[in-house]
Amino acid sequence: MSNPYAKLPAWAEYGLIPLVNLVVAFLVAGLVVLLVGENPLNAAYHMINGAFGRGEYIGFTLYYATTFIFTGLSVAVAFHAGLFNIGSEGQAYIGGIGVALACLWLDKTMPWFVVFPLAIVGSAAFGALWAFLPGWLQAKRGSHVVITTIMFNFIASSLMVYLLTRVLKPLGSMAPQTRTFEAGGQLPKLDWLLSVFGLEVGNAPFNVSFLLALLAAFGVWVLIWRTKLGYEMRTMGFSPSAARYAGMKEARITVIVMMISGGLAGLMALNPIMGEQFRMQLDFVQGAGFVGIAVALMGRSHPAGIIPAAILFGMLYQGGAEIAFEMPSISRDMIVIIQGLVILFAGALENMFRPAIGRGFATFGRRFPVAAERGA
Amino acid sequence: MSDIAIELRGIDKSFGLVHANKNINLTVRKGTIHGIIGENGAGKSTLMSILYGFYQADSGDILVGGNRVTIKDPNAAISSGIGMVHQHFMLVENFTVLENVMLGAEDSQILNTSISKARVELKRLEKEYALEVNPDALIEELPVGLQQRVEILKALYRKADILILDEPTGVLTPPEADHLFRILGQLKDQGKTIIFITHKLREIMAITDEVSVMRRGEMVATRKTKDTSVEELAELMVGRRVLLRVDKGEANPGAVKLAVENLTVRDSRGVTMVDNVSFTLRAGEIVGIAGVAGNGQSELLEAISGIRRAVSGTVLLNGKPIDVTGHADPGDLRNRGLAHVPEDRHHVGLVLKFDEAENGILGYHNDKRYLNGVFLDTKAIQADAEEKIRKYDIRPPNPRLKTANFSGGNQQKIVLAREMERGPDVLIIGQPTRGVDVGAIEFIHKRIIEMRDQGKAVLLVSVELDEIRALSDRIIVMFAGRVVGEREPDATEGELGLLMAGVEGRKEAAE
Repeated sequence: MSNPYAKLPAWAEYGLIPLVNLVVAFLVAGLVVLLVGENPLNAAYHMINGAFGRGEYIGFTLYYATTFIFTGLSVAVAFHAGLFNIGSEGQAYIGGIGVALACLWLDKTMPWFVVFPLAIVGSAAFGALWAFLPGWLQAKRGSHVVITTIMFNFIASSLMVYLLTRVLKPLGSMAPQTRTFEAGGQLPKLDWLLSVFGLEVGNAPFNVSFLLALLAAFGVWVLIWRTKLGYEMRTMGFSPSAARYAGMKEARITVIVMMISGGLAGLMALNPIMGEQFRMQLDFVQGAGFVGIAVALMGRSHPAGIIPAAILFGMLYQGGAEIAFEMPSISRDMIVIIQGLVILFAGALENMFRPAIGRGFATFGRRFPVAAERGA
Repeated sequence: MSDIAIELRGIDKSFGLVHANKNINLTVRKGTIHGIIGENGAGKSTLMSILYGFYQADSGDILVGGNRVTIKDPNAAISSGIGMVHQHFMLVENFTVLENVMLGAEDSQILNTSISKARVELKRLEKEYALEVNPDALIEELPVGLQQRVEILKALYRKADILILDEPTGVLTPPEADHLFRILGQLKDQGKTIIFITHKLREIMAITDEVSVMRRGEMVATRKTKDTSVEELAELMVGRRVLLRVDKGEANPGAVKLAVENLTVRDSRGVTMVDNVSFTLRAGEIVGIAGVAGNGQSELLEAISGIRRAVSGTVLLNGKPIDVTGHADPGDLRNRGLAHVPEDRHHVGLVLKFDEAENGILGYHNDKRYLNGVFLDTKAIQADAEEKIRKYDIRPPNPRLKTANFSGGNQQKIVLAREMERGPDVLIIGQPTRGVDVGAIEFIHKRIIEMRDQGKAVLLVSVELDEIRALSDRIIVMFAGRVVGEREPDATEGELGLLMAGVEGRKEAAE
């Protein structure tokens, strides 16, 4: 009776159940749209069309997705070790310093492919640094990372206001942002990738950091499932008492995992700073760190789930903006409601439909070979 | 009125794909003690949960006293006259006996009138069934035997005619268990019907009138106890013949491998759990630590294996000290030849969400043979797992299967294979056969004796006195954190039982 849910085939576990949750989330969202007096089908059309209707829209969707892949991976890595890193937001924000420094230093003299690796290292290092402190406090002082990382989000925010109004702002400018980078600080777009499918990228800031995100996803998979550290992380995440029994160094692993998580969050800064704005602005993260939590939840902390989940949230962002534009009675906040519903059904209530689906399998699918000796 | 207390007809229950109860038919006669026996996972608890209203059967009928009833929750069960004494007591620790008995059965909004009424009724019950217990004692101050008595009183207070006892002797010392059996006998004489669930064959033979055997969710047989034998029941439970005795030759103790001196361990609340314990363990012998659960055995094992800090004392492994009060590291101890099969395989010895192969390296994951630099050598891990599966007959033989999906016995074999195959000098084992089916017990016992015969030093902790007596070459008894005696394995159960209850020990310590 230790597990009240029957084991389901993998395709139902990872495909059917998330899909059902998603459909329900959208149905409820449709009711909300109906409530404000709009046609849900119309809204759905604008959502889908706005996200995938044209090459440019797809470019935007994938641009957002890139950001969410990084933050989703960040949250997921910590998750595997049983740590709930709510600080991806702040770590991404601080990671921006690394990007900005690399760009401000070399953008005039070096081509992008020289600046980019430096910016990668810089962003990861600054993000990792920002996660190191909460990790260290957890490991050595027992201060819970959930609390400290939230605090560090606020510290990061204040710190960046200071830096962008006093230190990194060019003289004479009124905007709290760095100067605009020259060619060396601008990442090339992935127009060739879209043109393979016969699509035009247009104005969309879909850039090479998307490829880096995919690479990072693969790296995370290797880390979690193919390295000794990943093995230790998973042991700690599933069962701290088993980790202690196995002689794993909890403190050390906590600090390292938080730094990896922070580093991944930091990489997120590359996308908006070097890929879209070509300068570091105030509040460029815009909540992506928190969306990362939802993405990780929905993707079940597996890179192969995080990428589609990130694309889904990219769609919600891009398509949602389109709805707000086309249907004035639906504000941007509406999109937040839809996102909330997705999180609610895919994350918090993920087991809601499981018993019913399990019964369905029990009735119709006795041919699935599953260990059935676990009654009492 | 018929003489049938309970009749179950065609009870069927599935949890998703798990078919826990298959078409169960059961007839329990009024005024009898009816045993239900079966291995872990045979479906006994599920069946009783259906009878007590925790679950609803998918199909089938329940008849109480000849009438069909629907038991949709425990309240319905109670009003049908069914009471249950759970394996884990459902008592409020900081309430008195009286408060616990009346909890949820108050018959007035004003507490005082309820209490005085309940007191009268409780006195009457105590007298009628000879179940003395001080109604004003706090539960947390009572020994487990008495706590169980309170559970029985609770059921009687709710006018239960049919009592279900789920593995009631698991937490009792042998004298306490004997006492319980006497109480059950009295209840039977007063006309109560008792359903007694256990996996211990001896208890079935001792007190039941009839016994039903479950196996893999099915009711395979019902016998009159006087017409059956332990051998037959064991065979019915497992589905094949089992060897119940353990064959072992003489021990040849060698050099001292583990020496524990004046070890004291406190738990997280600061309560002294291990109190100045000393003993030695030699190569080629099995030392058993007997005791009722919770008398410091767990903390002793944890301190020796480096999981828990000791307050004071020394432990020598192969003559070299273990830093038990400071930075003893389980990984380092493994390298020094100490293997540990922990008591709690679900939370400590295994990661249930890992697959079999992953659990096969837990604690040995720093070993070069499983690594390519910082990467796991998945091929080597897989091959290693396959070899152990073959050697220890782990079923199903699939190293990629999630550990949670193995039966208790096979999970334990995974842990044993991992810890034994390394050829440690000292093997410490906690509860080797807890929650393990009869078939696997035989195998595990054989392996433990093989280890001894290979010259390993084995420290065995078990709450099953039979197991301690069957395997050990020397028996140490722990009570309240102290070693209260050492006996040869041929010591009688009564003698050990008294030591475990702390009776003899006090005398010895005083002398």
